[in-house]
Amino acid sequence: MPTASALLQYVISGATVGSTYGLAALGFTVIYNTAGIINFAQGEFVMLGGMLAVFALRWGGVPLPLAVPLAVLAVTVVGIMVNRVTIRPVRGRSPLTLIIITIGVSILLRGGAMLIFGKDTFALPAFSGGGPIQVGGAALLPQSLWVFGITLLTVLGMKFFFEHTLTGKAMLACSSDRKAASLMGIHVDFMVTLSFAFSAFVGAVGGVILAPITLTAYDAGILLGLKGFAACILGGLGNPFGAVIGGILLGILESLGAGFISSGYKDAVAFIIMLGLLFWRPSGLFGGSQAERV
Amino acid sequence: MLRIKNLQVYYGMIHALRAVSLHVKEKEIVALIGANGAGKTTLLSAVSGLVRPASGEVNFYGKDITHERADRIVREGIAHVPEGRHVFKPLSVEDNLLLGSYHRYSLRRRVAIRGEIDGIFSLFPVLADRRKQLAGTLSGGEQQMLAIGRALLSSPKALLLDEPSMGLAPKIVKEIFGHISKLRKERDMTIFLVEQNARGALSIADRGYVLETGRVVLHGSSEELLANRDVQRAYLGREDLTEG
Repeated sequence: MPTASALLQYVISGATVGSTYGLAALGFTVIYNTAGIINFAQGEFVMLGGMLAVFALRWGGVPLPLAVPLAVLAVTVVGIMVNRVTIRPVRGRSPLTLIIITIGVSILLRGGAMLIFGKDTFALPAFSGGGPIQVGGAALLPQSLWVFGITLLTVLGMKFFFEHTLTGKAMLACSSDRKAASLMGIHVDFMVTLSFAFSAFVGAVGGVILAPITLTAYDAGILLGLKGFAACILGGLGNPFGAVIGGILLGILESLGAGFISSGYKDAVAFIIMLGLLFWRPSGLFGGSQAERV
Repeated sequence: MLRIKNLQVYYGMIHALRAVSLHVKEKEIVALIGANGAGKTTLLSAVSGLVRPASGEVNFYGKDITHERADRIVREGIAHVPEGRHVFKPLSVEDNLLLGSYHRYSLRRRVAIRGEIDGIFSLFPVLADRRKQLAGTLSGGEQQMLAIGRALLSSPKALLLDEPSMGLAPKIVKEIFGHISKLRKERDMTIFLVEQNARGALSIADRGYVLETGRVVLHGSSEELLANRDVQRAYLGREDLTEG
């Protein structure tokens, strides 16, 4: 019989991992909203965030408080490059073509990471010391607090950007109607570049905050990416805040599944949920019905 | 003023515009009429930079803008209201209008632009009641007004209107045409109006051009065109003239 404290423990650790799923999902959403495609290299942005921080720390001798933002910044640049080098030259092609290109990019980034960093698993030190904090019989790692805090800040920052800045609204306009957006003087290519930058940024943030808890390796992006995508579906594709909530929810469900059923099914939970939703509620939990006249 | 010289446009193998030349003078309303597929929309799209012409020239106030990008042409003072309205459906009415001012928006101009948005609301009071509503929930006529209002916020010298009457009830069509002639009177707007509704368009225009399979086949003052037998037969639905 599971106790309340065990339940709480599962929820806490699930929400921690789920925050990263949520940030990966947010990354998917941002690119989907401007470029109209699913970027399957999203998981690799998450992986690179963690890996680059580890290597700045180990090889570069960069102190942790500097290595973390540096890694995030570097991945943001990678995101911009991915768009400039692989997506922009073939813009205007069918979304399917572009999506397949992003799959190619993900394989390339993963392979590159393997060549450079090797096949070992790495850990990033926690952002701050101190032992676990006891909350209602469950242990809360200080790193979890970092994860929750940074996720919340990132989400609030994105929310502010999309709802209260003209550039944010212009990005939404691009997703709604590219032709009309360019007639308003919005440089659509630039907005797509910006969306890749944002997407890589939030993905890397997700990777770097989670690396001290779950360890990271060159191929960590595969599952993180797929779960981020599942979180997107859960939250309703195209809805940034639904994506983050979807990620946290997915993390919690996965953790409960691992705890109460079997840890062997941990990864399956995410995909069972995704399949179920695609069958019964393809617009996601927060998709709602769309009222629109033509 | 807008001057188009020998404009040629191809879509792959299709020769969509064949050496089209025309001009629109300052503060003039010029109508471009023609059947479906004659190339009317292509012509507007070539002017606003959405379509790349193969050859020819588009000149606006002495500046060659033939090969400029769409997002640059709007800065030159040409606002294109595309066929089918193309409002930003998931954004509010207010945000749609705000995005109209995108290319010239700055913190310094923020207050002035707010004032211009209120100006649009007094021009189209139906929009004022719906300012927080999502544009996708508006009726067709309201969306048309929003699309025109949004274009006006780019502070244009010339307005290109593509089929503003399409799919609207006759009463709304009349209202929209009324607004268009008011724009010239009250805002000194130069207007290039593309329409299938030839009678409506010519009733507010000074001059008109008739486009047929990518060629200008006829032009003249609105009165001349309205009185022209070929125009009457082909575009004004006067079937009784076919024998005469």
